Amino acid sequence: MTALTTRLPSRFLPVLATVVLFALTFGVGSVRYEGFASGQVIANLFIDNAFLIVLAVGMTFVILSGGIDLSVGSVVALSTMVTAAGLRAGWPVPLVIIAVLVIGSTLGLLMGLVIHKFDIQPFIVTLAGMFLARGLCFLISVESVSIKDTTFRSVATAVIELPGGVTITYNVVIAVLVVLAALYVLHRTRFGRATYAVGGNEQSALLMGLPTARVKVGVYVISGFCSALAGLLFSLYMLSGYGLHAVGMELDAIAAVVIGGTLLAGGVGYVLGSLTGVLVLGTIQTLISFQGTLSSWWTKIVIGALLLVFIAVQRGMIRGRRRQGAVAA
Amino acid sequence: MKNRLLWPGIALVALLLLNLVVTPSFFALRIQDGHLYGGLVDVLKNGAPTLLIAIGMTLVIATRGIDLSVGAVAAIAAAVTCVHIGTSPDIGTALVGMAIALVLCAALGLWNGFLVAGLGIQPIIATLVLMTAGRGIAMLVTEGQIITVNNDAYRQVGAGFVVLPISILISLAVLGLVALATRKTALGMLIEAVGVNPEASRLAGVRARTIIWTVYVFAAVCAGIAGLMISSNVSAADANSNGLWIEMDAILAVVIGGTSLAGGRYSLAGTLLGAMIIQTLTTTVYTIGVATEVTLVFKAVVVITVCLIQSPKARAALSFRKVAVS
Repeated sequence: MTALTTRLPSRFLPVLATVVLFALTFGVGSVRYEGFASGQVIANLFIDNAFLIVLAVGMTFVILSGGIDLSVGSVVALSTMVTAAGLRAGWPVPLVIIAVLVIGSTLGLLMGLVIHKFDIQPFIVTLAGMFLARGLCFLISVESVSIKDTTFRSVATAVIELPGGVTITYNVVIAVLVVLAALYVLHRTRFGRATYAVGGNEQSALLMGLPTARVKVGVYVISGFCSALAGLLFSLYMLSGYGLHAVGMELDAIAAVVIGGTLLAGGVGYVLGSLTGVLVLGTIQTLISFQGTLSSWWTKIVIGALLLVFIAVQRGMIRGRRRQGAVAA
Repeated sequence: MKNRLLWPGIALVALLLLNLVVTPSFFALRIQDGHLYGGLVDVLKNGAPTLLIAIGMTLVIATRGIDLSVGAVAAIAAAVTCVHIGTSPDIGTALVGMAIALVLCAALGLWNGFLVAGLGIQPIIATLVLMTAGRGIAMLVTEGQIITVNNDAYRQVGAGFVVLPISILISLAVLGLVALATRKTALGMLIEAVGVNPEASRLAGVRARTIIWTVYVFAAVCAGIAGLMISSNVSAADANSNGLWIEMDAILAVVIGGTSLAGGRYSLAGTLLGAMIIQTLTTTVYTIGVATEVTLVFKAVVVITVCLIQSPKARAALSFRKVAVS
């Protein structure tokens, strides 16, 4: 019992650090710039990053299980392409949505199966997935395809009024729903428990009789589904489909998850941490645009530096866990 | 041992034959102004940067590592050199610019090595930091502009000819030197030992950390030279697109060449074949008349096929079937 109480704070430490970081960056913004600490700026953080939130949720599952998914950015691009091309061909909106979600999940399923059945490193399999999805975009069309469907456009531009004069889009609602669903799955279902167990120690999880195969394939299906959904949100945001959309977005998603305190070794992390990670990235971007004189590429450098700090902290934690003998070397 | 190179070899020959069928003049070589021209020379010239980065990557992968930052490092090298050269047509300025860039690349390699060997961070993640931040740094150097230069000495690196393109001569020279240094001395064996088991090799007296450090510095310098080739070929530095996705091509070349991603063994000849296969594939797709971007689909198929061939589980499944049939 004492061991549990002493270990609990260290489990939450990275997430707490992220929340503090978010409060700090946001605090700096509100002190320095007038009008920064408004409800609408916070709402805009969600509006501009809704797709990244959904993406980071899927990535959290994969990283928790000890894997990595490099294909997510490309699957987002493929989804925008399928959406745009489908609507251009006159498909009804529900059919387009179903098609996109099925394609994303199927890609995830295939990658998961190859990773699990043939014991190939997730990194190289999802790298192939990344190539494949981007190539498929260009097979559909090399040019950017704009979305002209009126139903789709009306959903994209519709706003929801919140009390206090703050407005959000439907994208935000979907992103929040995805986060809630992920919270439920990770903490209230067997699948969620097993995901943590597989990430902690696959061998032990297997010996305990947990469905490791289902988890290892399942997390990639979830990630593929989330990428497809994020792609739909991204097409609502951009109103076009293009094979060069979302280049490098997988890195943003991984960065958000890592900054959110999820251990890359797997087994430790929280969806809310990833959400906060996305908000931190979004705040940095907003800060830099408020600042005005700093060029946008500073964002990349700052994200890189943050990644480094959080990875270094993680190393310390893993060493601590080793010392406790919780990780079999 | 010998059939490790057999399949990549067959693949390359098949691709080349396919080219011959599509464009009968593909193998034709002609000499103009003392330079060789022709389809094959183009493949060599365009494949030189990928080959060079793949050589560095081979050694990194042999130590069970990976370097995702090479594309960003290439962009930084190109940016620094072109900014230093500016409008000067001097050969001296070009040399100094390239020297500064390569020293900087070595420093970036030291940084990667520090994260991997010093702090013990997983290589994928450690180099991800520089991959993310590196493009930002390159943009900072060029201030977001495409820097064009007009310097004959610099143009030679990527576009020059001494009978063959200078770029491929540089890459082949590096390949030869690495082959000599690692196969004629114990270095290659030590690198493989570190890849098999860093801890055991350290206990056996191998300076594992120094070796890991060295391979990352070497990979970064290779990436730097490749970046110079890419930007010199068009006499411009573009922080956004220089070396974009080249890390993936390099990893692909290494994997196709039979070097295992699990570390511990590597094949330089395989990497040479792998890089040539990738470049021929790109050229083939182009000559067939399919959009260049669709090459990605073919690359994806190639990666998965090669990985399946390498995977012990898939092999077991295959040989089991063979036994069952016979």
